[in-house]
Amino acid sequence: MSLLEIRNLHVSVGGNEILKGIDLTVNAGEVHSIMGPNGSGKSTLAQVLARRDAYQVTEGSILFEGKNLLEMKPEEAACEGLFLAFQYPVEIPGIGNTYFLRSALNAQRKHRGQDEMDAMDFLPMFREKLKLLEMDDKLMNRSLNEGFSGGEKKRNEILQMAVLEPKLAILDETDSGLDIDALRIVAQGVNSLRSPERAMVVVTHYQRLLNYIVPDFVHVLVDGRIVRSGGKELALELEEKGYSWTEHEPVGARA
Amino acid sequence: MSTDMNVVHEMASKEYEWGFVTDIEEDRIPKGLSEDVIRLISAKKQEPEFMLEWRLNAYRYWSSQAKADAEPRWANVTFPPINYQGITYYSAPKQKKTLNSLEEVDPEILRTYEKLGIPLAEQKLLANVAVDAVFDSVSVATTFKAKLAEAGVIFCSFSEAVQKHPELVKKYLGSVVPHTDNFYAALNAAVFSDGSFVYVPKGVRCPMELSTYFRINAAETGQFERTLIVAEEGAYVSYLEGCTAPMRDENQLHAAVVELVALDNATIRYSTVQNWYPGDKNGKGGIYNFVTKRGKCLGRNSKISWTQVETGSAITWKYPSCILQGDNSVGEFYSVALTNNYQQADTGTKMIHLGKNTKSTIVSKGISAGHGQNTYRGMVKIMKGATGARNYTQCDSLLIGDKCGAHTFPYIEVKNASARMEHEAATSKIGEDQLFYLQQRGLKTEDAVSMIVSGFCKQVFKELPMEFAVEAQKLLAVSLEGSVG
Ligand SMILES: Nc1ncnc2c1ncn2[C@@H]1O[C@H](COP(=O)(O)OP(=O)(O)OP(=O)(O)O)[C@@H](O)[C@H]1O
Ligand SMILES: [Mg+2]
Repeated sequence: MSLLEIRNLHVSVGGNEILKGIDLTVNAGEVHSIMGPNGSGKSTLAQVLARRDAYQVTEGSILFEGKNLLEMKPEEAACEGLFLAFQYPVEIPGIGNTYFLRSALNAQRKHRGQDEMDAMDFLPMFREKLKLLEMDDKLMNRSLNEGFSGGEKKRNEILQMAVLEPKLAILDETDSGLDIDALRIVAQGVNSLRSPERAMVVVTHYQRLLNYIVPDFVHVLVDGRIVRSGGKELALELEEKGYSWTEHEPVGARA
Repeated sequence: MSTDMNVVHEMASKEYEWGFVTDIEEDRIPKGLSEDVIRLISAKKQEPEFMLEWRLNAYRYWSSQAKADAEPRWANVTFPPINYQGITYYSAPKQKKTLNSLEEVDPEILRTYEKLGIPLAEQKLLANVAVDAVFDSVSVATTFKAKLAEAGVIFCSFSEAVQKHPELVKKYLGSVVPHTDNFYAALNAAVFSDGSFVYVPKGVRCPMELSTYFRINAAETGQFERTLIVAEEGAYVSYLEGCTAPMRDENQLHAAVVELVALDNATIRYSTVQNWYPGDKNGKGGIYNFVTKRGKCLGRNSKISWTQVETGSAITWKYPSCILQGDNSVGEFYSVALTNNYQQADTGTKMIHLGKNTKSTIVSKGISAGHGQNTYRGMVKIMKGATGARNYTQCDSLLIGDKCGAHTFPYIEVKNASARMEHEAATSKIGEDQLFYLQQRGLKTEDAVSMIVSGFCKQVFKELPMEFAVEAQKLLAVSLEGSVG
């Protein structure tokens, strides 16, 4: 059974069809990259997977570990092991980063029937992850993302992922806004989570990130459709020729 | 509207946990108000003459106001006229004789407080909190008396203070809130039946938190308690009040008065966790909480700090205020007011700067959910002599859903050009973005909402005594459960 199976997915927002029949299969252990021009629907796909319900699914199906993802609430999908690193992480005043993350982890553990983690158990693990992402723990005493720089927010997303250890991580343009060092560090964080049980869908505009996080598959999303799929070399080709190239080629892309 | 936000809207109808009625024998007088009723109340309490005179004076003032139809209508709240003759002004648990110890308290009453999570038995008490419990109109138990007496602190029911410390009562009663202050304060002065009294002598730091729990039990009664706290030179006291009431379909009136007096270098911290019955989710029933609270920083370098967490009541009308008379005195007001379903709150503060270099801080956090209406009304007055006065005001509103309302009425009056004022205000909605972000990390909708709300209130919660901050946070979550399902 695949970890994620998207079949003929059509999604509308406010009456506009944005995704027009997406098929995508992701198996455990794989890293998929989704590329495509601005406004083509990449974030829409990511948000639908995370169960944001401003988006109407008008046709098609999504199975996550064989279960109907479309019937899950966002928190259920999260507890089942689906993680979204947001393109635009949200600021929440007054909630400490550490407190938030431990609450989230415990909510997920509870869902899985595991014991909650107290601060004593949580902190050493948390420190380790902070080190992995070379993050200043002063940041953690501040409110969730409040006043974080763009790059700090993105790094914080990956930190959260590292703590929550999801089965499927969707990274929506995590690389944009990162400086060169941060990019390397974030990629290192992501790579440390790569495992045969885990899969990732990495949305990006730049081949640069894929030098660090080497994908097994690359898909090109244009105007709500996957117009092309291939191996990691497809990203290079895209960088060279631009997206317009894909639109003129006959396609029948299936991952 | 997405279903997540609908869930927020619906956060409906977790039952009010404190809504039970205790079945005990009451000693109550007939409904209605007249000079005879005032005399009867005073006689029942075996008060000295000066108290009767004081009450009658207040009563006469109140009835002239009532005749002139002078009940305040300026607040941003609506309610049908109150029939003041339809209320019972004195109801007390029947007791045969004066109580000398906790063992003599009616076990039904003790059980009530147990149910409320307020064990009165001293050994079971939260470490370092002395409790006075006011049941309907009468104080039934004050704990840790001996330990406090050792430090010289007087902490007792108001009735007991009238009997045992008449000179202190005479000196300070009405000195901060005179009966002419407003309609409800006049009514309270006429009929108040009990309350708490605290006196901290010169140089004494009160060795524990003091706390009073008010409980309305009887039907068709009003509760009119009065609290007076005096901190002598260099004294320090921290006081907390909590309140609950049974669920009843009719509205009940609660018109309390609190007076605080701080002398030179004294500090009084007064915290309230107000959880009177708010009415059901259609707005039926609930307490009318019309309360006058004021502190006077009489001495130099004195400080009065109000912290309130207001989650209950059908209508809240209260403005804990500070008169900053002593030079360098400090007034603070930290408030969280939550209105859900059909609750209405018009609350805020007045900071009256009289002395030099006086300083006030106002932090108000209003949360509206359901059809709740939440108004901040604040006044900062800098008088002529208040050279170097400073005020900082921050009032933020948080809206949950789109049927509720938040309103802000800040009044500023400056008569001394050296004053420095800062004002910040913000209104925000619980964003779908914020909610979704937290849910995506695994938090349930209601947990996500209460996390966002407690983040919003953090500045105020940190002013509460530790052991109550946690309680307040839980209370907020429960009160909101009315709006997340
Ligand atoms: N809530 C919304 N209401 C209206 N239109 C929307 C909404 N969300 C997305 N869209 C539209 O859907 C299209 C796809 O948006 P989406 O964010 O998925 O693009 P993207 O591929 O992630 O683009 P980018 O590379 O710029 O991040 C855009 O035209 C966008 O304007
Ligand atoms: Mg996007």
